[in-house]
Amino acid sequence: MNPELVGREFPPTAPYLVGREKVREFARAVLASTPISLDPEAAQAAGYADVVAPPTFAVVIQEQTLAQLLAEPDAGIDFSRVVHGSQQFTQSRPIVAGDLLTATLAVTSVKSLGAHAMVTAESTITDADGAHVVTAISTLVVRGED
Amino acid sequence: MAALQTPEFASLAVGDVVAEQSFALTRDTLVRYAGASGDFNPIHYRDDVAKSVGLPGVLAHGMLTMGFAVQPVVDWAVDPGRVVDYQVRFTRPVVVDPELGAVVQVVAKVGQLDAETAVARIDLTVKVGEETVLGKAQVRVELGDRGGR
Repeated sequence: MNPELVGREFPPTAPYLVGREKVREFARAVLASTPISLDPEAAQAAGYADVVAPPTFAVVIQEQTLAQLLAEPDAGIDFSRVVHGSQQFTQSRPIVAGDLLTATLAVTSVKSLGAHAMVTAESTITDADGAHVVTAISTLVVRGED
Repeated sequence: MAALQTPEFASLAVGDVVAEQSFALTRDTLVRYAGASGDFNPIHYRDDVAKSVGLPGVLAHGMLTMGFAVQPVVDWAVDPGRVVDYQVRFTRPVVVDPELGAVVQVVAKVGQLDAETAVARIDLTVKVGEETVLGKAQVRVELGDRGGR
């Protein structure tokens, strides 16, 4: 893998409009039962404008930045050999239906571990006002040739 | 009906089990997650593709396991917006049998308490049978007064 990916600038992704039905669909898919993610009235009673996305929803937006990384012609990442090593979400506020979100990718580390390589990608997700919402950090392990 | 209440930070002690739940996964669960998340990697729904890349069978998406493992904590905290940080390591894949599915057991325990910020670190133990499938699974939950929320 190309260590020069660290520090490279990537363009922000196209704005993603968080839809109410998408939040509800995602919430059901992760077996959520909280009414704050499923019922707009319950969300409003809890002080939110609309349904609140589950803690891992940001992966949907982060996915666009990981696609940017894999598409870099000189990245040297063979997608069929990629294994998800770890994942973290650090949020300033929860994602709420109606948010217009943009993600910006930074590669913070590239390491070799014998035949394997490890890349850490950090996607900073901001709202329409430019305020920070959540940072999604993925460590991907690229397995070496068998 | 009385509204559910977020637990009080002061009432917690390190080691308390705050939630326990088991999740029965089937292939349907995987297909539903693929659609909702946009992750259509065929190793999560096609046995032939899973076998061709040397896997023991169709696997649950790591992000699906991460996604439901936090739900008992979300229910305990009442408001999903109180989860300020969530991290996991994917240590072992969850194989989902076409007929039997898979059962994933989640136990959530208080790992650390930060009195200054009223943030509780909840540590998750996530297992299939005796095998741990997520490592260092930690959820930070803000339990302070948020003025009306």
